[in-house]
Amino acid sequence: MTLLNRVAGARPGTGGRLSRLLTIELVVFVLFALMPLLLGLVWSEDDSFFWIVFTTKVLILSLFGLSFDLAWGYAGLMSFGQALFFGGAGYVVAVMSRDLDVSSIFIVLPVAVAVGLVLATLLAAFLLTGSRTPSIIFVAFGTLTGSFAAERLARAWYYLGGQNGVSVTKALTIGDMPLYEGVGFYYLAFGFLVVVYIGCRFLVRSQFGLVLAGIREREERITFLGYQVQLTRAIIFALSGAIAGLGGGLYAFHEGFVWPALMGPIYSTQAMLYVMLGGVSTLIGAVIGVTAIEFATIILIDYLRDFWIIILGVLLLLVIMFRRTGLLGMIVSERERIGSFRWRGANGKPDSRGD
Amino acid sequence: MALLEVKGARKSYGKLIALDMVDLAVESQQFHGLIGPNGSGKSTLLKCIAGAEYPEEGTLSFLDKDISTTPPAIRARRGMSLKFQITSVFNLLSVYDNILLSIQAAHSLWQLAGSRSRQILHPQVMDILSEFRIESRADDLAGELSHGEQQWLEIAMALAPGPRLLLLDEPTAGMSPEERRVTGELLRPIKARCSILIVEHDLDFIKDLSDVITVLDQGRVLDNGTPEQIEASERVREVYVTRV
Ligand SMILES: Nc1ncnc2c1ncn2[C@@H]1O[C@H](COP(=O)(O)OP(=O)(O)OP(=O)(O)O)[C@@H](O)[C@H]1O
Ligand SMILES: [Mg+2]
Repeated sequence: MTLLNRVAGARPGTGGRLSRLLTIELVVFVLFALMPLLLGLVWSEDDSFFWIVFTTKVLILSLFGLSFDLAWGYAGLMSFGQALFFGGAGYVVAVMSRDLDVSSIFIVLPVAVAVGLVLATLLAAFLLTGSRTPSIIFVAFGTLTGSFAAERLARAWYYLGGQNGVSVTKALTIGDMPLYEGVGFYYLAFGFLVVVYIGCRFLVRSQFGLVLAGIREREERITFLGYQVQLTRAIIFALSGAIAGLGGGLYAFHEGFVWPALMGPIYSTQAMLYVMLGGVSTLIGAVIGVTAIEFATIILIDYLRDFWIIILGVLLLLVIMFRRTGLLGMIVSERERIGSFRWRGANGKPDSRGD
Repeated sequence: MALLEVKGARKSYGKLIALDMVDLAVESQQFHGLIGPNGSGKSTLLKCIAGAEYPEEGTLSFLDKDISTTPPAIRARRGMSLKFQITSVFNLLSVYDNILLSIQAAHSLWQLAGSRSRQILHPQVMDILSEFRIESRADDLAGELSHGEQQWLEIAMALAPGPRLLLLDEPTAGMSPEERRVTGELLRPIKARCSILIVEHDLDFIKDLSDVITVLDQGRVLDNGTPEQIEASERVREVYVTRV
C-alpha cells in the first residue's frame, strides 16, 4: 500500500497504514464499481435497472460536482458558471446530434470538453485579467450573469427549442455499437469519472497543487515568490470548465434531452451545494455530496414532497455551520486534506536525511 | 552601475508623505542596512522596491533595467526576494513545503503539474533548512513554529531561490537576545551569495554586519555611509538620541 500512500501524499509515520482520505476514496470507488452487481443481488431486474440508470446520473453529476470543487476548492473562484459549461456542452452536442446526426462518442465527448474549456477560458479571461485580484463577489456575479444569460437565451431562441429544450433521440455510439441506458452507460460514466478523478488527484497533489494551496492561504504573499496567481487560477478554471463540459455531454445523451435550466443559476447552485455538503477541496467530497443529495432526494421526495427542499436546506446549513469543510471535514483532518508535497524517496520512504 | 538604484522615490498615503525624494543604491555583494525611527518609511521603501507599492514619482532600476512599473512576480523572477515585516509564512503547509513553494517558483507551471522537480529540489530544500537550523521541524506545520523559528523560515524562504537581492524587513523583530545573535551569525555568510538590504531598529545589531547604512527620517534620507560614518554623524545622533 506504500505506492498508494505515495500517490496520496500521506504523512510520514503513518507506518504503511492507509490515510483516512485514501481509505474513503477507495471505499467510494469500489462501491461504485460493484454497484450494478450489488443492485442485481438485492432487487428484481426492473428495479435494479432503474437504480443503475439513476446511479449513472449520479456518476455524471459527480463530474459536475468535481468541476465546482476545482474552481472553488482549489482555485478559490466562487463560480456560478459551472452549469453554463455543463449545460452549454450538453446543448451543443444535442444540437449536433439533431442537425448533423452526430452521435459517435469520439466526436461528441471531445466537442463537449472543448465547449466547456472554451467557455471557461473566455470567462476566465474576462474575470481574471487586470492586475488586481477579483473579489469573490465579483467572480460570483460575473459567472452568475453568464449562466443567467445563457438560460435566458436558450428559453427565447427557437433554434434551441425554446422552453422545451432539445431532445436527443439517438444513442451515443462507440463505433457501430449504440450505448443505451443501463450497465454499459454506467461503466462508461464510471470509467470517465475514475480517469478524471485520478487526473485531478494527481494535479492537486503535485507541485502545481502546492502552488494552489499557497494561493488559497496567502494569495498576497505568493506573488512575491514569483508566481502568476491569476494565470494559475485561470488554468484550473479552464480545466474545471472542461470537466463540466464532459459531464454535460454525457448527461445530454443519458437523459435524452437538454433544457434551459441546465445552463442556469439553479444548476450552478446545485453544484455548489454538492461540494459544500460533501467537503470542499477534497475532490472526493464532491462525489460524496452528489451521491448523498441525489439519493436522499429520490428516496425522500415521495414522502416529504416540497418539504424535502426545506429539510435539505436546513441540513446543509447545519453541516456547513458545524464544519465549514463539509461531511468529509468531520472525518479527515485539515492537515491530511491539504496534504504534504515533499519528495519521499524513490520507494516512498523518507530518505536518510531529515527524518 | 549599482545592482539596485532608487532615484527620487516619492510615495504618499493621503496627506502623509511616507517617502520624499529618496535616493538609494545597493551594490553587488553589499550588505546594506536601512535604519530609522518608527514610521520613517523603511517598510514603505522596501515595499516600493519589491513592487507591493508603486511610488508616485521617481524611478527604480534593477540589474540595469527600469522596473518602476514591473509587477512583483516579475521582479521576483528576476532575482528579488522579500521577507515582510509581518511574518507571513504559510501556516497550513509544512515547513518543508514552505521552502519548496519558494524554490520551485522558477519552474514553469507545466513542469510543476508533472512534479518533475520534486526530487531535484529535495537536497536544496534540506540544505537550506539545516542552514537555518529548522531541519528537525521539516514536517511540522509552519504555523506550529515559534515566532523566532518562523522568522528564520521566512529568511530561508527568501534566500532559497538564490536571489540577487534579498530584502529583509526587521528579521529579528520579537526575537530573544540569543535568537538575535544566532540570526546575526546566519546572515553574515549570506553576503557572499547576494546583496542584502535589511531594515533594523537596532543600530548595534546592524553596524557589525553592514558595509553601508542608510538612515531614513520622516520619509527622507538623513544620512548614508559606512557604519563608522553613521555612528559619528551628528544628524543621526540627534534623531536617535532625541526621538528614539
Ligand atoms: N497602507 C498605509 N496607509 C496609510 N498610511 C501608511 C500605510 N503604510 C504606512 N503608512 C504610514 O507611512 C509612514 C511610513 O510607514 P512605514 O511602515 O514605512 O514605516 P517604518 O519605517 O517601516 O516604521 P516601523 O519601524 O514602525 O516599521 C507611517 O507614518 C505609516 O503610518
Ligand atoms: Mg516597518
